Amino acid sequence: MTTTETTTTQVYRVYIKARPEAIWDAITKPEWTKRYGYTGLVDYDLRPGGHYKVRPTPEFRAGAEAQGNQLPEVIIEGEVLEVHSPRKLVTTFHMLMDPQTAAEPATRITHEIKDTGNGVCSLTLTHELEGAPVLAAIISGAYEDEGAGGGHAWVLSDLKSLLETGKPLAA
Amino acid sequence: MTDDRVFKALAHPTRRFLLDRLFERDGRTLTELESALELSRFGVMQHLRVLEEAGLVVTRRSGREKLHFLNPVPIRLIHDRWIDKYTERQVSALVDLKRELEEEA
Repeated sequence: MTTTETTTTQVYRVYIKARPEAIWDAITKPEWTKRYGYTGLVDYDLRPGGHYKVRPTPEFRAGAEAQGNQLPEVIIEGEVLEVHSPRKLVTTFHMLMDPQTAAEPATRITHEIKDTGNGVCSLTLTHELEGAPVLAAIISGAYEDEGAGGGHAWVLSDLKSLLETGKPLAA
Repeated sequence: MTDDRVFKALAHPTRRFLLDRLFERDGRTLTELESALELSRFGVMQHLRVLEEAGLVVTRRSGREKLHFLNPVPIRLIHDRWIDKYTERQVSALVDLKRELEEEA
């Protein structure tokens, strides 16, 4: 039934003046992911059944510790489900850095990159969040004022800025 | 150019109403959205098209249904590029002031 899906899926789309390969690299390579959004260092084994892990940068870890949060070595864990470089990537997503989200089931993220002409691509991120209301609130940016970041909309805005101007928004 | 479309799309009460409905619950069909408005199906479709062209609504197929999702990214881009950059501090001070004064009243 669509009823569950409609209430638990979130969709985000951003248009970026960049080649599909550049956007793909910015999502899948740690030297890129450390430069925008939550700055996590991604580690993808890009084949179906391969692992997906995100580790914090030393700065991110120090920041969390200063707030009294000890982070695990791996803060996000998942499995690669589908890989069609540089167009589509599907993984599961389980956030482990927060006990509440760690207790929720794994969710599922689909990244889709499409050429829209004139050197612009659309990047659509679809997050299926069944059974994970705490994660759903965090990634929608509901806790931004409490320092939890602005979720996917903030991350994609920052990614666009980095790819188009060479600088993230915070810099 | 993209910003123009977003501002234009937001400059209509029916379209803001539609976004608010999707904010409450995402992934709705045209029929569901239509039932909340006293407008023809065609009228609602026209408004949804303007929202889609501005990137504020993204549609997905689920079986035979077309579902409408609120995409907050264009508003975030305006926030990050305009509000953050120039005025966030002053704006939030004014918002706080408004809230305080209205609470007292």
